[in-house]
Amino acid sequence: MRNAEGGMRKEAEPTVAAGDSHSAFSIHPSAFHSPSYFAVFWMFARNSLIRDMTFRANFLIEAVSSATWALMNLGFYTLLYDLMVRDGSGGPAQIAGWGKFQFFVFIATTMLVNSLVQAFFMPNAEELSELTRTGGLDFALLKPIDTQFLVSLQKVSWSSFGNLFLAIGLLAYSLPRIEGLTLSPLQFILYPLYVLLGTLILYSIMISLAATSIWLGRNQSLYDFWFYLTNFSRYPMEIYEGPYGTPLRRLFTFVIPILVVINVPAAILAKPFSANNSYRLYLAVFAIVATFASLAASRWIFQRALLSYRSASS
Amino acid sequence: MLARAAIWWSILEMCIAERLAYRGDFVLGTTMRFLPIVTQIFLWTAVFASAGSGKMVGFTRNDIVAYYLLTMIARAFTSMPSLAGGVARQIRDGEIKKFFIQPIDLIGFLLIARIGHKLVYYGVAIGPFALVFFLCRGYFPGWPPAEYFAAFLLSLVLGFLLGFFLEASLGLMGFWILEVSSLLFVYMLFNFFFSGHMFPLEVLPDPWRTWVGWLPLKYLAYFPAAVFLEKIPHDQLWRDVLILAAWVVFFMILCRRLMHAGFRRYSGYGG
Repeated sequence: MRNAEGGMRKEAEPTVAAGDSHSAFSIHPSAFHSPSYFAVFWMFARNSLIRDMTFRANFLIEAVSSATWALMNLGFYTLLYDLMVRDGSGGPAQIAGWGKFQFFVFIATTMLVNSLVQAFFMPNAEELSELTRTGGLDFALLKPIDTQFLVSLQKVSWSSFGNLFLAIGLLAYSLPRIEGLTLSPLQFILYPLYVLLGTLILYSIMISLAATSIWLGRNQSLYDFWFYLTNFSRYPMEIYEGPYGTPLRRLFTFVIPILVVINVPAAILAKPFSANNSYRLYLAVFAIVATFASLAASRWIFQRALLSYRSASS
Repeated sequence: MLARAAIWWSILEMCIAERLAYRGDFVLGTTMRFLPIVTQIFLWTAVFASAGSGKMVGFTRNDIVAYYLLTMIARAFTSMPSLAGGVARQIRDGEIKKFFIQPIDLIGFLLIARIGHKLVYYGVAIGPFALVFFLCRGYFPGWPPAEYFAAFLLSLVLGFLLGFFLEASLGLMGFWILEVSSLLFVYMLFNFFFSGHMFPLEVLPDPWRTWVGWLPLKYLAYFPAAVFLEKIPHDQLWRDVLILAAWVVFFMILCRRLMHAGFRRYSGYGG
């Protein structure tokens, strides 16, 4: 399909070369070269907001429902920690070295990353398999803009930002309650950065999975598979221990880096670096490498998938 | 009578054929459904590592893992994917009209269709289930005594009926509220939390524990698993099975009344 785009460019050029710049049909060559990606994205976001605001009740229901799920999850862990206090041996209740409020920071980070992924990428990845099935992808390919950009960011689900505020609230609640935690400005700089990196890793995995729908024609269980895969990232990586746990942890850290998505930012905030945990420092550096590697890999997979796209419409 | 049985039989055959068309997708989907168990095993291992005593609310770590696996069996019987949503959609877009014209009972049709779907599901899912349960056999304390096992099997069958009539009733609410999806969402949320799907109900602190014990939701996941693990005291076992049966009868009647009231109310717009 890239040829089609190139073909259009070739057709347009002679018009300009003929000097007929006042013709109603002439298109300035710069229109094809570098569209302003930011302006386009801004337009997408604006249109999505307008659409969301048209169905306000629906918007509200969506925001409330995702907040309720998040609160339920929080409720479960509250119960779990209470249970450990009730039934435990009197020691501090903790899961793999994460105390209650440290774990709440972990959950807040999960909410933060998930709300970003859901706001920007989830509706688009779902749309991609639909576009492939119906042949609507033709229109995306014809537009003089990067196809991956177009199909990844076309819709913004504004209602998903609700959980963003909930997550920030939870952070503000939990951070002061972690015993012996002194926060430095560096942590507040690194935390959003790593949340962003985590979001990008999840985006890479999501768009790669969505791209497989171009190969398979239809990928209904995409959402399920996504859920089961990211399910592993929702827990502290320290719980994956033992003869089965350690290989699993390595697999999901170094091969499919979903464990660094939540763990690295959460640990940066809740369990600051110190001399005796240099492994975490390596992991933080690795997270940067992993992000760029996953983005590059997903780009490659997406491009490969596009090559085997066969239009499906009439 | 014989003609009627033939009709029901052909409905069953039709649903089985419909279901078998996507068996590859089915096996994959069923196997993937066990993946969260893996993380649950690790999570609870970490939780029990800090508990020290090795036992919480009467459960060992192995009990908890066995519990989660057993709730998967329970939910294979009680969960009714897209039943309520399907009924509500048929009401909304007018497809329900065919049940006025054809000499077929709506609830009966849905029940037979659901049995057909479930039979195929068990036929396909038994492979992945057997594999996972064999791999995880070490987590189980062993087979329960015959009486508990009988109660377990009975609770699965009754749980299927309860799940069916409960969700069908929810779907039939579509006669009154055109968009039931928010209602279904609330139901799903409560179901997830209070049926025991997310954790054994013993985890809840006391006033909650008692209240949730009175809801029918606990029979959809918690009860069969707890029976298998002998967590229900002997004197309560058959009492609880009776309560479950009573809930089934209650929702059966509710469902039928909702249908009749809904049919009277329905005005069938659209072509």
